[in-house]
Amino acid sequence: MIALSRNEVARMLMGVILAAVILLVLAPAVLSEFRLSLLAKFICYAMVAVGIGLAWGKGGMLTLGQGVFFGLGAYMMAMHLKLSDAGPGGVPDFLTLYGDGQLPGWWLPFRSGGLTIVLIIVVPTLLAWGLGYAVFSRRVKGAYFAILSQALAAAFAIYLVGQTKIGGTNGLNGFRSFFGYRLADPANKQMLFTIASVLLIVMVVVVWQLYRSRYGELLVAVRDQEERVRFLGYDPAQVKVFAYVVAAVMASVGGAMFVPIVGIVSPSEVGVVPSIGFLIGVAIGGRATLLGPVLGALGVAYAETTLSENFPSFWTYFQGALFIVVIAFLPGGLASLGSLVRRLRRQPQEV
Amino acid sequence: MQKDYLQVRDLHVEFDGFVAVQKVDLTIFQGDLRFLIGPNGAGKTTVVDAITGLVPSTGSIEYGSTRLNQLKVHQIVRLGIGRTFQTASIFEQLTVLQNLDIAAGIHRTRRSLLRTRRETAPQIEEALEIIGLADLRDRKGGELAHGQRQWLEIGMLLVQDAKVLLLDEPVAGMSHDERQATGELLQRIGPDRTIVVVEHDMDFMRSFAQSVTVLAQGSVLSEGTVAEVQSDPRVQEVYLGHAATEAARQAMAADKEAI
Repeated sequence: MIALSRNEVARMLMGVILAAVILLVLAPAVLSEFRLSLLAKFICYAMVAVGIGLAWGKGGMLTLGQGVFFGLGAYMMAMHLKLSDAGPGGVPDFLTLYGDGQLPGWWLPFRSGGLTIVLIIVVPTLLAWGLGYAVFSRRVKGAYFAILSQALAAAFAIYLVGQTKIGGTNGLNGFRSFFGYRLADPANKQMLFTIASVLLIVMVVVVWQLYRSRYGELLVAVRDQEERVRFLGYDPAQVKVFAYVVAAVMASVGGAMFVPIVGIVSPSEVGVVPSIGFLIGVAIGGRATLLGPVLGALGVAYAETTLSENFPSFWTYFQGALFIVVIAFLPGGLASLGSLVRRLRRQPQEV
Repeated sequence: MQKDYLQVRDLHVEFDGFVAVQKVDLTIFQGDLRFLIGPNGAGKTTVVDAITGLVPSTGSIEYGSTRLNQLKVHQIVRLGIGRTFQTASIFEQLTVLQNLDIAAGIHRTRRSLLRTRRETAPQIEEALEIIGLADLRDRKGGELAHGQRQWLEIGMLLVQDAKVLLLDEPVAGMSHDERQATGELLQRIGPDRTIVVVEHDMDFMRSFAQSVTVLAQGSVLSEGTVAEVQSDPRVQEVYLGHAATEAARQAMAADKEAI
């Protein structure tokens, strides 16, 4: 048993080293500045995907509204960047250009970089905990939970459009620096890419440990036989809330990194459509596996960019077709291809 | 009087106006192996459901000095009251060991949940021996035979450290040998615990029951030792009636087959 787990740890460390070499050494050496920042953006999506893999793949919660948490992280980071661009005591440019130049009180906490980082973790934690507990302890699940979370994403996007104090439809953009580093500088762009890569690797390791822990077994047990778990003396709602909170924090961090990398956040990045987009990569990659969601999210984002560069109106059809094919023929996602091939190969011998 | 006991007073359970259980009183002491018998629809399973918090009830259900009514299912389990179901509901994707391990979880801290299992806890090892599945510990739950599944479920109650075991038809569908083994298992674990068995199998009841409660139409019809209950004319009437309808149904089925 112990030897086995040591072996697992060794494999995980090898994986981390491999990922680190690819992302931190190889990618910056091979890719152009433009491609590298595209990859950085995809990595932000992949962070959301890791969380969805945990909540949906292992926990059975179809989180169709992760755009809410992604948006929370993104807007909090964006507000901090706007304030630090404006300088101490300054007011963000768009408030004076299009508004009365008054800074609302709830902007103030984001003057501090440290506090912003804390809030990027704490706000989604509290929201996901409160929401999750209310929903799961009332035994709302399956499609009802999916509809609820999607409605929340829609409401959030609509709410943001109406809030001129955080940019309304345009959202927040035109950031010049990130914690004192100029964003126009290619070296700093590479630094953002490095931070995002490290965060993604850390998240995958966290989920790896969760999957192999007793909690992971419990989460799968709740997914498959929630009522039975009650008779083991656990409250299934608590088990689910924890996974939901972790997924929310990951989405929020992904959103927070998205802002300096892409340079904009607007309501169209947090609504229903992007929320579904987050999910597609996870489904295609294989939701219940460790790396399926990450690779799926990266692959889908890459395909989207390449295809829409060449065939601008084609992507939506391709995305829909891919989704249908995977759900219909490979419900476990592309990650299950390996075991499927092995099964097919073994079959003739069994007969 | 012994300290650990389960006491039910004036229990009522209603489903949309249909009275499933009424005025049921039960007192079961530690060390007792109580059988709950009665014809179909007598309310046996409903009584167990009410005790474990699965269905709302009125009246009082007390374990020791704790009142169980109004508590949630998982809270009742944490007080030491465990149950099994008519169809064994183990986790088919998990191994025997993992099934037992997950059941032992209520005695762990939350933080330890985030760690990986490194060794088998002594109480799990003990339970594996008691239920006789030590050699099958790495087998998946879904691969177990019918009888083994029920034993695994009883094992899960043991590692859960349940003081009251409510077993819903544990030997249904078992072979004669499996029944015998199950009965002996119950006798082995019985002395420190309170065991309530809902059962249809009269031979099994006669071999292993220490006391019997007969339910009919949602009320207690008779209570006592096996001999006392068997000689009760009201019980005979209910069971003869039941046997008569059973015989008629079998005759009808035979007729249908002939056609």
